[in-house]
Amino acid sequence: MTNTMMTGGATKKLLQLTLNGKPRTDAVADNMLLIDYLREEVGIIGTKQGCDGGECGACTVLIDDTPHLACITLAASCAGKRVETIEALADQGRLSRLQRAFHEKLGTQCGYCTPGFVMAAEGLLRKNPHPDETQIREELSGNICRCTGYVKIIESVQAAAEESAS
Amino acid sequence: MTDAPAKIHAAGTPTPLIDGVEKVTGRAHYSADLPAEGALVGRILRSQWSHAEILEIDTSQALALPGVRAIITGADCDKTYGVLPIAMNEYPMARDRVRYRGEPLAAVAAEDEATAEEALRLIHIKVRELPAYYTAEDARAPGATLLHDDKPGNIEREVHHEFGDLKAGFKAADIIREGTYDFGEVTHMHMEPHAALADYDPERDRLTLWTVSQVPYYVHLMLARCMGMEEARIRVIKPYVGGGFGARTEALNFELVLSLLARAARGRVRMVLTREETFLTHRGRPQSQIKLRIGMTRDGVITATECQAVQRGGAYAGYGIVTILYAGSLLHCIYDIPAVKYDGYRVYANLPPCGAMRGHGTVKTRHAFECLLDAMAEELGLDPMDVRRVNRLDKPGFDGVALNGVWVKSYGLPECIDWVEKASGWRECKDNMPQGRALGFACSHYVSGAAKPVHWTGEPHAVVNIKLDFDAGVTVLSGAADIGQGSTTMLAQAVAEVLHIDLSRVRVITNDSAITPKDNGSYSSRVTFMVGNAAIDAARNLRAVLVEAAARKLDAKPEEIEVDAETFRVEGGQDPGLSFKEVTEAALKGTGAITVKGTFATPKEAQGGGHRGGAVGSTMGFSYAAQVVEISIDPITARIKVEKVWVAHDCGYAINPLAVEGQVQGSVWMGMGQAMFEETRYHEGLPQHATLLTYSVPIMTDSPPIECHIVESIDPNGPFGAKEAGEGSLTSFLPALANAVYNATGVRMTELPITPDRLLEAWTKKRAERARAQKGAA
Repeated sequence: MTNTMMTGGATKKLLQLTLNGKPRTDAVADNMLLIDYLREEVGIIGTKQGCDGGECGACTVLIDDTPHLACITLAASCAGKRVETIEALADQGRLSRLQRAFHEKLGTQCGYCTPGFVMAAEGLLRKNPHPDETQIREELSGNICRCTGYVKIIESVQAAAEESAS
Repeated sequence: MTDAPAKIHAAGTPTPLIDGVEKVTGRAHYSADLPAEGALVGRILRSQWSHAEILEIDTSQALALPGVRAIITGADCDKTYGVLPIAMNEYPMARDRVRYRGEPLAAVAAEDEATAEEALRLIHIKVRELPAYYTAEDARAPGATLLHDDKPGNIEREVHHEFGDLKAGFKAADIIREGTYDFGEVTHMHMEPHAALADYDPERDRLTLWTVSQVPYYVHLMLARCMGMEEARIRVIKPYVGGGFGARTEALNFELVLSLLARAARGRVRMVLTREETFLTHRGRPQSQIKLRIGMTRDGVITATECQAVQRGGAYAGYGIVTILYAGSLLHCIYDIPAVKYDGYRVYANLPPCGAMRGHGTVKTRHAFECLLDAMAEELGLDPMDVRRVNRLDKPGFDGVALNGVWVKSYGLPECIDWVEKASGWRECKDNMPQGRALGFACSHYVSGAAKPVHWTGEPHAVVNIKLDFDAGVTVLSGAADIGQGSTTMLAQAVAEVLHIDLSRVRVITNDSAITPKDNGSYSSRVTFMVGNAAIDAARNLRAVLVEAAARKLDAKPEEIEVDAETFRVEGGQDPGLSFKEVTEAALKGTGAITVKGTFATPKEAQGGGHRGGAVGSTMGFSYAAQVVEISIDPITARIKVEKVWVAHDCGYAINPLAVEGQVQGSVWMGMGQAMFEETRYHEGLPQHATLLTYSVPIMTDSPPIECHIVESIDPNGPFGAKEAGEGSLTSFLPALANAVYNATGVRMTELPITPDRLLEAWTKKRAERARAQKGAA
């Protein structure tokens, strides 16, 4: 990834990564944040910005299966890695277990924090398929929701975990 | 036709949101997500002064910057905006005088963000600073500079209401107690920062605005006013909105600034506010002080109450008059109190303007009332639940109209109390809790829609259209703003229920002023009650058309037609009947696509007493709530942990029990944030907590399980008997918590939020007092 070019004053480098299962190569400025790369370069808007940086979890994505905040991650730091966003979860239009649970259990109200919550929960379930309630609360404590009081979010994650157990 | 027991019930069934799939897949477009090919970037220059006379704004250097397409200042708009027609005293950008740090002064449209930011730095402003006031007390002090020349003493509005015979009431009391309660200012902190997209077509002088509003119609009105454009040239669209909680129940400055900017730039401009700017836009719940007196007999009967509220409302009117009126009005309509006096003072200060926030106006007076009631019950050796029961509003002889002239036609509070008493094990547990643990209890209520709208035009409160076309699809058109509470789903359920059709046959299209009928918006918990009723009315009108068509086809009379599970048949007949599709085809013959309308209006008698300000707090139906909160307190740090909440909410009838639960749980939790964590403090007008880390809302590890029980009192005027579900339960959390803190520590906390430092200080003092008393006794 040493190809560099100058455009509009910012130094851009070629970035290669796997985004939602597909390899991509883009010319990306050194200082571009992952959230801006996703929303503005790639044009997928499921990842949300809820704060001025690193405070709310709305922009949570998975990088090599681990939840990260896209708003404080440099796109360039994802070179060679697997990045997954909310857009990756549905399989041919079928909701993933977590998406279905958030939908059916009302783990989402206004929906703005939902992509971040679903991705954080996805990261949790990949690491620990059967978390107890305390583990869910601790692992998702970096994500803020202002609508639900978290009650139905916890129920959603539990339901998804149970579904994958059966 | 006859209403046989239906096979399909859309209402009363727990129903996932019909727009939920978009939300969980990331496909939902919020304002910042809208495709905006070629849009310029809009940024606002904000005041760094709390109070100053503007002498000069020089934009010449900024305008010369390559990539800058337009700059506007207060000079570009001399029209004020605001909520009440009598109190519009705010300009989109300050003119002549700036009154709070963060107030918009100018705005830039540029080709990219960096250029816009650079242009803001190149705008030069000269001011003459004026004295600034950050407390109600300082602003009211004799000789203080006036923020608004027409408001002496910096008082936006005084309210003095008295009902019943106060003197006789207090005379009849065995004990009279009083308390003073202080409340920090809080803000909504919806998850989606403010954002909007404006598209101005200079060729045809037309504007389209996509924005985060709860009240697109009010935004529409203010755009027409501030831009000097005819309403017909403006189109306002509300995309998905990431929460509101009242922040977006008025036209906000950035929406007006952005639209002016788009016209100046002759094109399309997008504005996405930072979280800090979203905090500055504010319109939250004001810092307040409540002084309250209650008179009570030995048996716990309330004989009179007297309340004084002072609210620090910020620099402009906003909803201020409404808030200060609500605070008094909602002393009524929950208990039977023969005499009530209220004095309210809404004060201007050099801070971001306050506005409406979930539980608008009621939270602080109700908190004070429920805390003082708890203390008086204890003093008299009475159970606090029994004291509420003794004072129930619907005593024999109650005629459904409260002391202040407001309607109360359904009253499920006693059932709410009964449920939380049992579920929490109150009787057995409350005096037998382990050290450091305690239960606390309180009640609350809230309006289901203001019976008189802010803009009184003589139109019905709500209008819903339903379109039925060749595809036999039922399309509901409504201006009601779904901001996550699930109103769109509620409308689909109401229509499906009346038509006896499957929910999947219904589509709901909302909030495009070019397509959907006007709606006053999502505030004062009006949507389920008012728009729900209008939707039922529309669906009944459509059903009548369909029944008539079916009767024609089946050669029967309309009153003989039975409808169920998408089938129309002659009552008692053996015929398989007609499908919905067949009846639709029959109905469309000769007429084509059918559009029906439904409306809802409140009768004049429901619009409150005749006294000045009497319309505020008037409603067709109150929700009621009771809750018990269990806490534990760390004896060293005084950190409170909420272990569990039991809440019962009387929503009349749960059209969507799943959404009702979600709303009630969310309300309780938001009450918890306000009771224990949240406060927007300022240092000389500068917000100290304008980030999501420092404005600390509860996170998952702070948040308790919330067990929710729905009480259905079936309001005679509600849609299927329904009332509001999204606000009433917030309020009772605060006093229930404070009462639990007393039960655990012996300290009556009168200042909110009850943070560990405040509690520790009071508790340490209390422990020292006790130790001294014990020593003295020994």
